[in-house]
Amino acid sequence: MNIFEISVGDTLPERQHTATNVSLFLYNAVIWNPHRIHYDETYTTQVEKHPGVVIDGPLQGDWLNQVVVNWMGDAGQLATFNYSNRRASYLGETLTSGGAVTAIDADAGTVDVELFIKNEAGEVITPGTAQVRLG
Amino acid sequence: MSELISAEARSWIGRSADPVRIEISRTDIRKYAIATEQQQAKFLNGDEAPAMFLFGALRPLIPMDQLGPDGIPPDKFLPDLPLKRVMAGGTEMQFHRSVKPGDVLIATRSLHDLVEKQGKTGPLIFVSYNLRVETEAGELVLEEKQTRIFR
Repeated sequence: MNIFEISVGDTLPERQHTATNVSLFLYNAVIWNPHRIHYDETYTTQVEKHPGVVIDGPLQGDWLNQVVVNWMGDAGQLATFNYSNRRASYLGETLTSGGAVTAIDADAGTVDVELFIKNEAGEVITPGTAQVRLG
Repeated sequence: MSELISAEARSWIGRSADPVRIEISRTDIRKYAIATEQQQAKFLNGDEAPAMFLFGALRPLIPMDQLGPDGIPPDKFLPDLPLKRVMAGGTEMQFHRSVKPGDVLIATRSLHDLVEKQGKTGPLIFVSYNLRVETEAGELVLEEKQTRIFR
C-alpha cells in the first residue's frame, strides 16, 4: 500500500458481524466480563429491561478498528483510534462495519479515516476515527 | 458551580489508582483474536496483540464473592456520585508500541475530570480517566482517555 495511491474519499471494505450466544460468551470470557446482560437473556430482559442480550460496546470498538487494520495490513501501524457507543445493539442483529479516508499527509506518512458500525436500519450506532502511519 | 459533584468527589480529580502489572501470554492473545474474529495471521497466531486486547487484559480480577448479583465487580476507584446508572462514553487511544507475548506491562489509571452536563432526559456526569501503559522498563505503550457517563 502506497500513500500516493490513496485518495480522500476512498472507502474501506465493509464487513458484516452477526454475534451469536457462543461468540458473546467467548468474548466476555476472554475479557473477563461477568456482566449478565451479555449471556443471561432472562436476567437481561426481566431485570435490566433490555429488549435482548446486549452486544458489548467494546466488541463493536474492536470490529471498528479491524476495518482499518485489515485495510492497511502490514503496510502500516495504527497510531490513534477513537470511538463512542451511541446506541445499544442486541443479539440477533447483523451489524455492518466500514469506513472512508478523510485526510492524507504524505509528508508525515499519515492517513486519517472515519469509521462506522451501522445497524440494519442503517443508523450509525458506533462511530469512530483512526490515524495510521504508513511505511 | 456544580450542584451534583461534591467537593469530596472533586478532590478525586488527579488521583491515581494502584498500578496494575500484567504478563502478556500468546494463548491469551489467540483466545482474544478468535473471540473478536480477527483476520490478520499475526493476531490469530498470537504474535502481536490486537489494538483493544488490553481493554480485556486489564480488567480487574476480583474474587467471586465480591461480584454483584448483576455480575459486575465493585469499582473502588470512583468517587461517590448522586447518579448511579452508568453508560460507556467515548474512548481515545494513542498507540506507541505493539504488545507482544512475554511483555510485562504496568498500567496506571488516574481520574482526569468530572463534568456535569444537562442531557435531554436530565443531568449527566461525565467521568473521564487517563490510562497510561508502559513496559516494566518504562517504555510507553498506550495512552488512553476513557469516559463514562452517569445518569
